[in-house]
Amino acid sequence: MFNQILFLYCAVVIITTGLLAVRFKNPVYSVLAVLVLFFHMAGLYLLLNAEFLAAIQIIVYAGAILVLYLFVVFLVDLRQELTVERFIANHRFGTIASIGLGGCLLAVIPFFKLGAKGEYPVERIEQLTHTKAMGFELYSTYLLPFEVAGLILLIAVIGGLVLARKDRGEADNSGTDSCEVKK
Amino acid sequence: MIPLSWYMILAAILFSIGTYGFLVRRNIIIMFLSIELMLNAVNLNLIAMSHYLDSLRGHTFTLFIITVAAAEAAIGLGLVIVLFRNKKTVYVDQIKELKG
Repeated sequence: MFNQILFLYCAVVIITTGLLAVRFKNPVYSVLAVLVLFFHMAGLYLLLNAEFLAAIQIIVYAGAILVLYLFVVFLVDLRQELTVERFIANHRFGTIASIGLGGCLLAVIPFFKLGAKGEYPVERIEQLTHTKAMGFELYSTYLLPFEVAGLILLIAVIGGLVLARKDRGEADNSGTDSCEVKK
Repeated sequence: MIPLSWYMILAAILFSIGTYGFLVRRNIIIMFLSIELMLNAVNLNLIAMSHYLDSLRGHTFTLFIITVAAAEAAIGLGLVIVLFRNKKTVYVDQIKELKG
């Protein structure tokens, strides 16, 4: 009973903040709404016995990714942002398409059948603790994907550095004339 | 006990909200934020299913998705910074050089 009330609370907050995040005029408010959404998502992960992932959700998503977003939002002139149109010209098509997609996704849910059970019931995960159980899986069955994930992060670091760095050759005229850089 | 379908309904609604935000907003930063919403919907689905299937596969997959989301945010926002430096705009309907 308590679990269901907690789930419904988290679900209502997630849907409300999600809708607010895509509708807010001010991008800073959008990012903060998504922050609340991520915290409630971590609450749902706790309900599903995924403590390690709940911690990762808060540390990586709420702690790192959203701070990155907040920094980039400060590029935008907020005073101008509040006055200009926030939707593209033919936004009705997008509304209809997303409602249609949501309807299709909801319509197929009753036909979903669970497959064969795996080898990690809740009792075993609780006995091992979730972090340890995930560590066993990660370092044995999924060792190669784990290494590849490290490589992806390395490439992201290098790519972020290369993209955000000001080129030395263009640094002289980029401040005065932006048309030069465009070519 | 919460039925699995509740989680799947929530994930479907959240995914549609993400799609809506991606399709209708002009600001490219909010479009990236909508992609994060969609990734979170998928993560919720994976974790819920692997919980009800007594498996850890979905959990492991979610960890990889979070890794890729972090990489995507870093590269994507780097691209936004380069775009803003060159075009002085973050609105997608003002970037139309390829339109001819």
